[in-house]
Amino acid sequence: MALLKGDTGGQVMLGLLLAVAVVVPVLNLAVPEGSPLHVSTYTVTLLGKYLTYALLAVAVDLVWGYLGILSLGHGAFFALGGYAMGMYLMRQIGDRGVYGDPILPDFMVFLDWQSLPWFWHGFDMFWLAALMVMLVPGALAFVFGWLAFRSRVTGVYLSIITQALTYALMLAFFRNEMGFGGNNGLTDFKDILGFDLQADSTRVGLFVASAVALALGYLACRWIVTSKLGRVAVAIRDAEPRVRFIGYRVDRVKVAIWTFSAMLAGIAGALYVPQVGIINPGEFSPLNSIELVVWVAVGGRATLYGAVIGAIVVNYGKTYFTGAFPEAWLFALGGLFVLVTLFLPQGIAGLFRQLTRRRGGSAAEGATA
Amino acid sequence: MRNPASSQTPNARRALLKSLALAAGLVLGLGGGLLHAEDEGEAADGGGDTIKVGVLHSLSGTMAISETTLKDTMLMLIEQQNEQGGLLGKQLEPVVVDPASDWPLFAEKARELLEQDKVDAVFGCWTSVSRKSVLPVFEELNGLLFYPVQYEGEESSRNVFYTGAAPNQQAVPAVNYLKDELGVERWVLAGTDYVYPRTTNKILEAYLKLNGVSDEDIMINYTPFGHSDWQSIVADIKQFGSAGKKTAVVSTINGDANVPFYKELGNQGISAEDIPVVAFSVGEEELSGIDTKPLVGHLAAWNYFMSVPTDANDAFIETWHEFIENEDRVTNDPMEAHKIGFDLWVKAVEKAGSTDPDAVIDAIVGLETGNLTGGTAKMLPNHHITKPVLIGEIQEDGQFAVVWQTDDEVPGDAWSDYLEGSKDLKGDWTDPVNCGNYNTKTEECLGAEAEE
Amino acid sequence: MRQSCPYRPCSFRLRRRLKSAPPVVAAVAALLLLGTVVTGAAWAQSVTDASAADAGSAVEAPQAPQAATPAPDAGDTVAAAAAPSLPESLAKLADRSFKVKQQAAEDIAASGDPRAVEFLRALLDGDLYYRKDDDRIVFAERSDGGWALTDALTGEDLGEVGRRDARKITINNRMRTALRTDIAALTLASPDAAVRLEAALEMVGTTDPDTLAALEAQRPKEQDAEVLDAIELALAIAGLEAESPDARMEAVAALGASLYPEARNALDELIRVEQDPAVLAAAEAARADTERRVENMRRLETLFFGLSLGSVLVLAAIGLAITFGVMGVINMAHGELIMLGAYTTYLVQLAMPNAIDYSVFVAIPAAFIVAGLFGVAIERGVIRFLYGRPLETLLATFGISLILQQLVRTTISAQNVIVENPSWMSGSLQLNPALSLTFNRVYIFVFALLVFVALLLVLKRTALGLQVRAVSQNRAMARAMGVRSGRVDALTFGLGAGIAGVAGVALSQLTNVGPNMGQAYIIDSFMVVVFGGVGNLWGTLVGGLTLGVANKFMEPWTGAVLAKILVLVFIILFIQWRPRGLFPQRGRAAEG
Repeated sequence: MALLKGDTGGQVMLGLLLAVAVVVPVLNLAVPEGSPLHVSTYTVTLLGKYLTYALLAVAVDLVWGYLGILSLGHGAFFALGGYAMGMYLMRQIGDRGVYGDPILPDFMVFLDWQSLPWFWHGFDMFWLAALMVMLVPGALAFVFGWLAFRSRVTGVYLSIITQALTYALMLAFFRNEMGFGGNNGLTDFKDILGFDLQADSTRVGLFVASAVALALGYLACRWIVTSKLGRVAVAIRDAEPRVRFIGYRVDRVKVAIWTFSAMLAGIAGALYVPQVGIINPGEFSPLNSIELVVWVAVGGRATLYGAVIGAIVVNYGKTYFTGAFPEAWLFALGGLFVLVTLFLPQGIAGLFRQLTRRRGGSAAEGATA
Repeated sequence: MRNPASSQTPNARRALLKSLALAAGLVLGLGGGLLHAEDEGEAADGGGDTIKVGVLHSLSGTMAISETTLKDTMLMLIEQQNEQGGLLGKQLEPVVVDPASDWPLFAEKARELLEQDKVDAVFGCWTSVSRKSVLPVFEELNGLLFYPVQYEGEESSRNVFYTGAAPNQQAVPAVNYLKDELGVERWVLAGTDYVYPRTTNKILEAYLKLNGVSDEDIMINYTPFGHSDWQSIVADIKQFGSAGKKTAVVSTINGDANVPFYKELGNQGISAEDIPVVAFSVGEEELSGIDTKPLVGHLAAWNYFMSVPTDANDAFIETWHEFIENEDRVTNDPMEAHKIGFDLWVKAVEKAGSTDPDAVIDAIVGLETGNLTGGTAKMLPNHHITKPVLIGEIQEDGQFAVVWQTDDEVPGDAWSDYLEGSKDLKGDWTDPVNCGNYNTKTEECLGAEAEE
Repeated sequence: MRQSCPYRPCSFRLRRRLKSAPPVVAAVAALLLLGTVVTGAAWAQSVTDASAADAGSAVEAPQAPQAATPAPDAGDTVAAAAAPSLPESLAKLADRSFKVKQQAAEDIAASGDPRAVEFLRALLDGDLYYRKDDDRIVFAERSDGGWALTDALTGEDLGEVGRRDARKITINNRMRTALRTDIAALTLASPDAAVRLEAALEMVGTTDPDTLAALEAQRPKEQDAEVLDAIELALAIAGLEAESPDARMEAVAALGASLYPEARNALDELIRVEQDPAVLAAAEAARADTERRVENMRRLETLFFGLSLGSVLVLAAIGLAITFGVMGVINMAHGELIMLGAYTTYLVQLAMPNAIDYSVFVAIPAAFIVAGLFGVAIERGVIRFLYGRPLETLLATFGISLILQQLVRTTISAQNVIVENPSWMSGSLQLNPALSLTFNRVYIFVFALLVFVALLLVLKRTALGLQVRAVSQNRAMARAMGVRSGRVDALTFGLGAGIAGVAGVALSQLTNVGPNMGQAYIIDSFMVVVFGGVGNLWGTLVGGLTLGVANKFMEPWTGAVLAKILVLVFIILFIQWRPRGLFPQRGRAAEG
């Protein structure tokens, strides 16, 4: 546990995560429905969704907070991971689709396609799909990063071309000819690894899987930022030319971390899809990617646990406000972003740190007095 | 896991404890909020003296433009019903949520309505993708969804009632009108690239070819959502239409993209007399946000127009104006569809004597209610309804002048006869078939193994 | 605006009207009308062919009172005697059946009454109403409580009635077409060349001996080159049917010189049926020649489309080139500032409903001021605390964009609003039959250039411009030299925002005005600025126009969606090649 040394926020966050991952399933499955302690399946899926968002936010924070790359296109990697999982789930439907075709998904029958496009082959095997969940976003990120970092595209230029990337992918996936279901995307999933997706136990399982993935993802990121690689990354963030002059291959460091972050985002997407039951090109929308940068900023940039907090707080806020004040929730959300940037430059995590430091300080003073 | 704090100084430990407490408080607060929301739901349900009706329409985001009106329509219908004494001696209670034009959120909110709020029926959705998103939820939790918008067909679910038009109730009659009445020989099928235009155009293409139209006389074009630069496409249409044969555009262009499209048509000198455009997604509500001058004379095919002068329609418009407190608001086709759907549900609940979904599903097939434009709407075994088809020309005041209508109501066809994959399928939710996609050739219900 | 034949239903060709002995369509209630209107020739109108008129129309069939218009047998003068008087025909306009109404309109046209044209025009323009209780035909004007009515025939003031007590007389496409031709025919001798042109174009491809004679007679007299062109086209197409190959050769040569689509269609038809090898060869050569010239026109047209799309991109992006390029603020609210400009246009039009044609000139400064003030407020309220933290401006302005969107939704409406086009911006500039440029696009292109030049002058030639450049290059040094950087920042941001507002006025003429409209432009704007090179106005201009033209030249090959994707991929790759855009900024500021 040397990884978490000095990372108070991370310790707390992981502890809570563990607690939630144990308590929620128990409250959902073991406590009868009438009881006030019962956690409904609706809440479980909701929490599961938040956890996948949190993992995505951690991935973004890794490159933004520690490498200084503001990605406005991380939603693309998330969505690609989601699509890879969606394709597996589509193939699992088999002949239970509305047209009863044993191989072709419904939308292909309906577009009058005769055979499966080559890139759909093999997705009926979970291991391959699981591999693709990481490989596809990883490969895209690698190629993109290799090109961009070697040409020393930095700053806003980089941000804007990541945005162009996700925008281009969104338009491409909207096209029905692409073979990914167009605007409707992939939906009407039946089961995963033989487990019925509509069963409470499967949902709880996915929730726990999300929690575990978040914990592992967090630890992995933590490992990177505390390693030598991570320290070079921070140096690149703060003074890229100097690091280059010292003799580090800046582009390689960047490509490595960037690709890892994209794979993490892909995993988050893969866990997201079976829980919400649909993946469509809307996930590629550039606005989504901007929004997830906002989660990180709200939570606190360059503190990995801050990203988790930000993702959960903003999304809970969204769920709550869209229900409670459907007419005015954008005011609240917009206002939150403005206020956080103005008054909480370190985000919520920064606020925690300040609070604990001040209290710690005053307690120490009290002891000496 | 080793105690994470064991290696820390006492001070740091204290700080840790405090931050733990703080974080725990935060999480408890969040969780409390969630639990609280559940409590509310259960408490209200426990009373049992109201019947809950869920309204699932986007009130923010891109679809708010269209869907907000439908939410208001539902509130009006529920209020009206309550004034007449409610249903089964109970008052109706609307439960409104905002899925914010976000498709995964539709599924989440549908689950919230059915599982938390325990509503007895849901009226909602607009886009196909939102319906596809909620469909598994309704089937899993055995809810009832009334879907009020014209759509691409190719679906028949036990838990969904399609009160909008299927392609054979809108697209095919409109093409017949152009073909037979206006003598159109060359066709431009222009649409936004998503499932409704894709299917409709596929059906129309097959239908036109069956009627002897050759490939070179059909031009198909797809554009992305919100497309705003129509110069090249309109120039192509102009070119296509200059071959000496009467040409028409069949437009399945979605909402926002229509304004620049019609403006470009007008500016490039193509009037409705030259190349008429018949649209399936442009109604009174959409026209109220458009400068209608360049559109005058273009056509739309619907099952309802506000301008149809029947008593039922006048009364409906009057109630609507009173409810919304604005004389300038218009009524449109999906509003009528919601009214029909609501009437049918009320009748079914009365007939079954209960709001239990299974009882309502059994009771509702075969029930009838009046259309606002005359004739009756009947719920068919495939959960679609019968509808008259009207063709209207756009007038300068944003209303339609009806130029043609079918003699009888057209029954909604869930599975198109012109598509290869679906021509042998039919939906029938009555005994003995009880199947949404029954293959009449092999006499089996497709994809049914999962249920058995 | 010119309309040419092929877009018309064939049943409405003028030919029918100019025949002295018309064919009688026995199946329908054909009505013969004789009159000596204008041309002095007897002309007639047969009510549309059977297939088009009735067939299965539940709306019309039951109500069409056949008895009201006795069907004459053949081309005799009975019809003229039975022709109803003007008041009678006028009264029939209150009928609900379009068929009856159309008949009534024809009768009015044939009545010979000098006011006929006035009524037909009023009907076409939608100015004729009927009173609900007695079906009296009236002119109606909107008053406070409803309508102020005047009797159409007598001009008698009928006082006011409620909103629902007077109804507009609706017309359909068929009537609209017929009305236009009626009006055109009634004004055939008009000194207006446009009217003559329309009449001549009506005859293209539908000539018969009589119209040919009329065209031949008009040819030597005709002064207007365009009308002459059309007349010669009509004669040449007729000439293709001549017996002698020489005459056909001549016609082919004439058609080869024409750019009208009818000429190409006629040549195609000739190539299909021609027997004479010489004529066939000539026709094929002429066809290929016209094809090539039309192709060239199409290329010019595509270039214009591209420049036009590019000018829209430039307009949308140029404000961002200031706030983002010069100041380094990643202004996600830029799209919403454009939206505010568009809404200002809407409000200006609401305030001056009777002067839409001039509203744009009021809207441009108004939008500049409104959006500019919002910009100054945003800068003073939020952004000035964030200098040196450019990425955080992204978050704050993203929040502001959400707030502005919702502000418009709650204060104005969630629905789109109507912004009308001034009449001088509608229609197109017809350069030749194969090439026309739409006015609104031409104006917007010119406008974009004007805005660009003005902005360039402000930045290069004014004291403010000097200070702006100084602050953007080296803030500390500029301050040391006595520049009040705070004031300069506010004004610069205000300038960028104001330009966005002005862009909104232009965009409101092309597309929807609604709360979401800003989001449609924000991403494209960023692409243009980055592609052109941050901090360089010329880069924005060249970048915007390049992307527009590239997009439009790809579109015919790839379709609209793929063209856009390819442009985005191109930008991504281009930035790899030139990481600082088309026109990289040099010096210290470039290090940001």
